[in-house]
Amino acid sequence: MVDEVVLLDLWASMFGMRVRIALAEKGVKYEYMEDDWRNKSDLLLKMNPLHKKVPVLIHNGKPVCESLIIVQYIDEVWKDKSPLLPSDPYQRAQARFWADFVDNKVYGVSRRVWATKGEEQEAAKQEFFEIFKILEGELGDKPYFGGETFGFVDIALVTFYSWFYVYETFGKFSIEAECPTIIAWAKRCMQKESVAKTLPDQKKVLESLLSS
Amino acid sequence: MAEEVKLFRTWSSPVALRVIWALELKGIPYEVILEDLSNKSSLLLQYNPIHKKVPVLVHNGKSIAESLVILEYVEETWKQTPLLPEDPYERAMERFWAKFGDDKVLPSLWNVFNKQGKDQEEAIVPAQENLTYLEELLRGKIFFSGERIGFLDLAFGWLANMVSVFEEVMGATVLDNQKLPSLSAWMKNFMDAPIIKESWPPRDKLITKYQALREARIEKEAPK
Repeated sequence: MVDEVVLLDLWASMFGMRVRIALAEKGVKYEYMEDDWRNKSDLLLKMNPLHKKVPVLIHNGKPVCESLIIVQYIDEVWKDKSPLLPSDPYQRAQARFWADFVDNKVYGVSRRVWATKGEEQEAAKQEFFEIFKILEGELGDKPYFGGETFGFVDIALVTFYSWFYVYETFGKFSIEAECPTIIAWAKRCMQKESVAKTLPDQKKVLESLLSS
Repeated sequence: MAEEVKLFRTWSSPVALRVIWALELKGIPYEVILEDLSNKSSLLLQYNPIHKKVPVLVHNGKSIAESLVILEYVEETWKQTPLLPEDPYERAMERFWAKFGDDKVLPSLWNVFNKQGKDQEEAIVPAQENLTYLEELLRGKIFFSGERIGFLDLAFGWLANMVSVFEEVMGATVLDNQKLPSLSAWMKNFMDAPIIKESWPPRDKLITKYQALREARIEKEAPK
């Protein structure tokens, strides 16, 4: 049977980008459907009735939701190529732990950096750097979070790179000045075709935010 | 090499119980290290420097934190009595609902617990909506994972014990047995299941603890 793979997404969603990178790494052909966050499609509401959010991967008619769960699903279904998680259970646990950390910490604080002002924003900026310093510590001098090869944690985090210009513009700071290792790592990831073709231009993301 | 498995837990932590259940169901010998979160041991801080919380599993000296991450590690390391289904889609579904439990169901119940009066009445609505999703998920099944206890039952296991503790402490009902018959039946089946039933912390101690916690929180919220 021919696989039918559809992705419901929003081009600037750092969560949707994770899925697009995973599909590209595995060479999976799929139909991309851009949703409208101001006017959610019937298909989205039907496929993700609980959260009503993108991304949703629809594989042979069956929906999978939540970006990191989708990435693990992709890794398990298309298992013969480009493993995204390590094979050793301890390494897998570390990958899941850090991807979880990214999900629980990075999104919230990043949003507050651009969406708040005054004291709240200052607190968010400080927390932002604390979190990225922890991530820098975890990366160490490895080329990728997973070690020698690009993997699950890299996918979880690198998509935020497309929003860095937004954070820097609103937060009036330079991420490279505080976290040069993270920027070097992000640029290394951008040399991979799956990442370069997925991540939108940083200025385009800022423009779309300003015009929305 | 002899396996060395240690689990850092507190006497009452519902999420630490998930790991206990998994280890017990798979018949893995382990040593418990009981923590007092008001006075964390240096070992705990060494093994979980990021979150400084329980549970932490230490297997032959290597530590893993976050209960659902630990469950997947236990599942992949000790393959007897599998907890997750083999099919990737079914696995994705169990992970999705486990995440819903931790991200939405538990916080919505805490929200009811931390409030009183009209605020509490308002907080009960989304909590009951969340429980209704679980009722639908269970329909036609004994356990969330099917015929036997699995990953998703362990993920939701805290409900079987904590809902009635919360309700007794608050003097309010959140889970209506009439409206949620499948969920009520699951709670009873899970509560009384072999291995599970021996693991619950002493109920009177839980009531005392959560009574004190609720009083402290309500006092904190009260207008001065």
